Amino acid sequence: MDSALPGLRPTRSRVLIESEVVAMVIFVFTEVMLFAGFLSAYTIIGSGAPVWPPVGEPELPVGPTAVASLALILSGGAVMMSGRGATTRWLGVALGLAGVFVVWQVVEAVRLVQAGLTMVSSAHGGFFYTIVGAHAIHALVAMIVLSGCLWRQTRGGLSPGLFKAVRIFWYFVVGLWPVLYAAVYL
Amino acid sequence: MAESPSHAHDGHAHAGHGAHDGHGGHHEESWFVHYFWSTDHKMIAKQYLVTGMLMGVIGAYFAYVFRMQLAFPGKPVPGYGLVTGADYNALVTNHGAIMIFWVAMPVLIAAFGNYLIPLMIGCDDMVFPRINRLSYQIFAISAVLVVASFFVQGGAFGGAWTAYPPLSAKAEYSLTPAGSSLWLIAVALEFVAFLLGGINFVTTAMNSRAPGMKAFDIPIAVWMIVIASILFMASVGPLIAGALMLLFDQMIGTGFFDPDRGGDPILWQHLFWFFGHPEVYVVLLPAMGFVAEIITTFSRKKMFAYKTVLATTFATGLLSFFVWAHHQFIAGIDPRMANVFSVTTVLISVPIAEMCFVYIATLYGGSITFSVPMLWALAFIAEFLLGGVTGIYLGSSGADIYFHDTYFVVAHFHYTFFPIAIIGSFAGMTYWYPKMFGTFMNEAWNKLHFWVTIIGFNGIFLPLFITGASGDHRRIFDYTNFPELDTPELQSLRVLATVSLLVMLVIQPVFLINFFYSMFRGKKAGANPWKANTLEWQAASPPPHGNFPTLPEVYRGPYEFSVPGRDEDYWPQNSPN
Ligand code: HEM
Ligand SMILES: [Cu+2]
Repeated sequence: MDSALPGLRPTRSRVLIESEVVAMVIFVFTEVMLFAGFLSAYTIIGSGAPVWPPVGEPELPVGPTAVASLALILSGGAVMMSGRGATTRWLGVALGLAGVFVVWQVVEAVRLVQAGLTMVSSAHGGFFYTIVGAHAIHALVAMIVLSGCLWRQTRGGLSPGLFKAVRIFWYFVVGLWPVLYAAVYL
Repeated sequence: MAESPSHAHDGHAHAGHGAHDGHGGHHEESWFVHYFWSTDHKMIAKQYLVTGMLMGVIGAYFAYVFRMQLAFPGKPVPGYGLVTGADYNALVTNHGAIMIFWVAMPVLIAAFGNYLIPLMIGCDDMVFPRINRLSYQIFAISAVLVVASFFVQGGAFGGAWTAYPPLSAKAEYSLTPAGSSLWLIAVALEFVAFLLGGINFVTTAMNSRAPGMKAFDIPIAVWMIVIASILFMASVGPLIAGALMLLFDQMIGTGFFDPDRGGDPILWQHLFWFFGHPEVYVVLLPAMGFVAEIITTFSRKKMFAYKTVLATTFATGLLSFFVWAHHQFIAGIDPRMANVFSVTTVLISVPIAEMCFVYIATLYGGSITFSVPMLWALAFIAEFLLGGVTGIYLGSSGADIYFHDTYFVVAHFHYTFFPIAIIGSFAGMTYWYPKMFGTFMNEAWNKLHFWVTIIGFNGIFLPLFITGASGDHRRIFDYTNFPELDTPELQSLRVLATVSLLVMLVIQPVFLINFFYSMFRGKKAGANPWKANTLEWQAASPPPHGNFPTLPEVYRGPYEFSVPGRDEDYWPQNSPN
């Protein structure tokens, strides 16, 4: 029926920030703390190890991942543009770019597993897949939600507050990645 | 319809009544929809309250079983049977976890937060009612899972509520292959439920306040629940990260916490306590909020230093992120780091002490009524003080080398948690009962229940300070195996603690019966039986769907009692003059 977030209550007082945005900012804050937890765990274990990453493990594909990262970052720009007009087109571009990133992540993971780096091969492998995988899952879920926005937009029912909240989540997914990349790959 | 969230509306008449959102008139609702599929914040609050009380009964039963084993080792416990070591560990572990995650959190934050926030800020529901409903549903599933973990192969997890690896990480050590994972999943789901709830609380308090309600007109109880929610959300991320890693260690054999493969078990302790210490303030703050409402109402005085309380709360919240390693003084952390954490730990008792003084100053010169909620509120301050003071001993890293993992610690945290989770809940329940159900509870029975509970509580935990200081380690299930601790003096203290527990448990049905009986047979309470100022008392008792006939406006702060020149000694927030 209505285009706002399902079940959202109208509020009476004049609000400075839309409720969906407040909610998303709080949620993103929690997510930031989640990844801060992963990263500090990674740092603690890494700095306690004699050699890190352990010798004999396959090299991480630093270069190709950098290219894929560029695609992800550009998708962030596209999502930003989608908020300003030509929403359908820019969302399509963003989803395409994000798709490049996620597909590369999967290809990379398959290759690394074949080369012998797995969740259980060492603490380093466990961290690599947990951190990068957690990010990839976030990217995937966000892509599904963005697709939902695209679909709603084509039917003319995308609520501005909800869309803003979704964009914020995507900025989080994009902005988080360089930090993870620097910590895990470099 | 494109009704934007900022669109003003009056009354709840056109507030988005979908066929499915449970907001239809009561006549259309089936029984199921009304009780189990409602999005009404008051119904969700009651769901949380009843579930929390039920889990409280389970947690109390566990305590009964393991206390009986400690007092009468090796004897079959009536109503349970013989307690094995594995049983004992599972019972202690889940007693702690249930009391914190499935009693204190749902009752103090979720039930009262849901009930009070919309009513106290003068709106008709949460901003995201469906997310709210989802929050309870996830919580209910988590509660079922944790109870179910007692019935799986190998039994329930027994590695303590803190779940330290390596014990918790490997089935070879814990001997509970299914129980440990089920427990962890239940805890994780519970966090998701509170995350959803917390987002709702903060957003609602920010965006849905009655016109005229400025930041410093918000009742302390609402502030406290909101700040607690923020603390929870700021601290829970690292624990979820740790919980995932632990789950991977358990289920697919990663080595995050396994030193043999480059992992580190102490890492878990950091992730756990980075959450764990703020968590104690997450439950403390709401209880502090209830006490503030109660003591102002029953001493007919303005809150002393309202703004100071808020500033103190923020300071405490911030500081609570820098004390976690006081749980690891003997875990092998660098002694220089231990010094730093000693200082922060002792520092954090300053704002807490200050809050107690502020509350006492509020009482000073007031015209005090010793009603049942007031008794609970005063007991809260007195008992909690003892918990805080003993914390200072533990916070001194030198002393803690001796006290760590003794019953002294157990007594310390029960003198904090019991006032919070039990006394605070009873305070809140007896104070808001007339609002929730429109009737009074029987006061005489409630007073009896109060005194027996308080005496029982002190009878349990005062002796445990002594046994702890005498060296009783907290993870022993049969002291007859330890000749130096198996002395008649220490054993008689253990028996005293257990007998006190029995006394305390025996009186609880009095409250429960009173609670349910009074819903139907209690004396009718009007809208504002305590003559209080905050907005929930200006709605009918119990408030109908939509809460207020016309949504209120606010003209003043919440604690304008005994204002000179007025006929009445109270001044509701929404009364224009
Ligand atoms: C006044 C400030 C407080 C101080 C200085 C303090 C200090 C401490 C210290 C140093 C310990 C570690 C003892 C050890 O394991 O050797 C401890 C344990 C504990 N404290 Fe407090 N505390 C304070 C308030 C609280 C509050 C408000 C709560 C609960 C709401 C609480 C709950 C606990 C719990 C649950 C434990 C034991 C955890 C476990 O090992 O199972 N404390 N406290
Ligand atoms: Cu602590």
